[in-house]
Amino acid sequence: MARRTIIETIDLTKIYGMGDARVAALDGVSIHIETGEFVAIMGPSGSGKSTLMNILGCLSRPTGGRYILDGEDVSDLDKVQLAAIRNRKIGYIFQSYNLLPRTTALQNVMLPLQYDRIKERTAEKRVALAAKMLKKVGLAERIQHQPQELSGGQQQRVAIARALINDPVLIMADEPTGNLDSKSGDEIMNLLHELHQQGATIVMVTHDPEIASYTQRTIHLRDGKIEKIVHNGANEHKRAEKRSEK
Amino acid sequence: MNSSEVIRIAWGALLKNKVRSLLTMLGIIIGVAAVIIMIAISAGTEATISEQITSLGSNLVFVTSNFSRGGMGGGGGQTGGLVYDDAFAIADEIDGVKGVVVEQSSTQTVKAGNVTLDGVSILGSTPDFPSVRDMELEDGRYFNQSEVDRKQKMVVLGHSLAQELFGDSDPIGQQVTVGTTRFVVIGVMAEKGLVGDVDYDARLYMPITVVLQKFTPTQFAKIVGDRVRMIYVEVDDQDNLEDVIFQIEVLLAKRHDVALDEADFTVTTQQDIIGTQEATTAAFRSLLAWVAGVSLIVGGIGIMNIMLVSVTERTREIGIRQSVGATPNDIRWQFLTEALLLSLVGGLIGTFIGVGGSWLFGTVSDMRTVIVPTSVVVAFGSAAIVGAFFGFYPANKAAELDPIEALRHE
Repeated sequence: MARRTIIETIDLTKIYGMGDARVAALDGVSIHIETGEFVAIMGPSGSGKSTLMNILGCLSRPTGGRYILDGEDVSDLDKVQLAAIRNRKIGYIFQSYNLLPRTTALQNVMLPLQYDRIKERTAEKRVALAAKMLKKVGLAERIQHQPQELSGGQQQRVAIARALINDPVLIMADEPTGNLDSKSGDEIMNLLHELHQQGATIVMVTHDPEIASYTQRTIHLRDGKIEKIVHNGANEHKRAEKRSEK
Repeated sequence: MNSSEVIRIAWGALLKNKVRSLLTMLGIIIGVAAVIIMIAISAGTEATISEQITSLGSNLVFVTSNFSRGGMGGGGGQTGGLVYDDAFAIADEIDGVKGVVVEQSSTQTVKAGNVTLDGVSILGSTPDFPSVRDMELEDGRYFNQSEVDRKQKMVVLGHSLAQELFGDSDPIGQQVTVGTTRFVVIGVMAEKGLVGDVDYDARLYMPITVVLQKFTPTQFAKIVGDRVRMIYVEVDDQDNLEDVIFQIEVLLAKRHDVALDEADFTVTTQQDIIGTQEATTAAFRSLLAWVAGVSLIVGGIGIMNIMLVSVTERTREIGIRQSVGATPNDIRWQFLTEALLLSLVGGLIGTFIGVGGSWLFGTVSDMRTVIVPTSVVVAFGSAAIVGAFFGFYPANKAAELDPIEALRHE
């Protein structure tokens, strides 16, 4: 697969408040992420990592600077256009799964398709696609289960299937293992690693260096600025060992 | 997302909270049912009144005295109001009159053999009574003019009264005692039933002259003399109605020596009375409709309340939907559709209860109900409008939520 730039930010700023109460949550962040990269964003609370995550995920807009996602400048898009970008280009994985309660795994996975505005996708095609995604994350047997009937790890898998269903160019993962025990956490990280190996571009926010070590590089933020970028090449072995231990 | 999918999703959301959805709809259900039942009751009342007026007889003209108390007390029999002879003048001098009836009623004890009935309604009338008032004789005959003039002690019995007094035996030619006077039965009326409050079958009919002579209290007779309250005139043809009314007015004004514009009598037709009744019941009906309409609005506010609670409760769901690509309009439509479904389903249930309730009212109580189709349409349509109106604010609130805030909501 030819490499192309997925995320390009130039001097990204996000300022909250007015006058003396102005706080710069992001203060000139420029990053560059290409297809197939697996990148972690780390930093203490208040470092601006959540703000960066929200902007990269098109949930909010920067106050200044440019954000070019998959070749398209999305810095100045309105709510409706951003919604369309989120639908077509981005898949989210949240710490707390964010599945609809009392709704089957299948229905949850199909949720993004409700808003894709693709007329050719019939109900049958949607169900088939969602079932395929659930099979891909290893939940083929659980498609009619509701979130409350699933373990945390299984719920996060449903969320991953939902993130994948619209074939996004970017997967945003916000502390994906934060609510999980270490065994389920490892399973989820291995699943993300598999997706990465299949060519998915993944940006993950975490505060856990162990989890960050699954990625190729870690962007450290502090006070809204990039503190350092660490390449995790050496850790590839570690992860490989972990996998082989199983 | 197409509209059928929006409806399906909204429907699913309502089913997840069945009890709450039902309670929310209750206001609309009661409102719609109330509108339909209220209008059915008032329309039923209206129809009953119209029928009663019509059943008095066809092509009837009513000539009524304009009593003034001063005139009655001071002037005795000389000034104001209709007198018994006016009826004959109308019958004799005006063309197109088919019959004239004067009535005077009383209440007396009636005895026949060993049967005694208290408080029987006595109606004194003139020979034209059966034809003018649309009554038929089952047996025997009604009294004629010479019998009225000679104050003959003759009676005609109402259908059920005859049965009570004489059972299965033939009453014709038998004697009855009314008050202290003996009468001969010469006829029995055919069954007529209840018209308004009056049971025509339980009445006893006799010449008006006898009632005036025997059964009008003396202190009353002195004042009243041969005055009558009302004269019924039957016109031979609907087309002559206007003409006959004018002739009566001219004739009576001349007889009473008054100007037409200050007449001591009023001439009205059935149509006039029906018209007045309709105006009254229409006012009554719109009052009921407004009261019921207010309950619809209250129902709408109930929907708005619950939708606002629902938006707050489901803030996270809204955030999730936004994160996977729902636009503000998608969210707005989702909640607006829920509000609309609530009010439409509520409206539908209300319509069933309203129509069923109206029918039940008409069946089990003696109140008559007529289901007015427009009331059903209007009530259901108002429910839809109420749903859209009161659903808009909560839906807008949901649509304007910030996705990040919404996702963070616990």
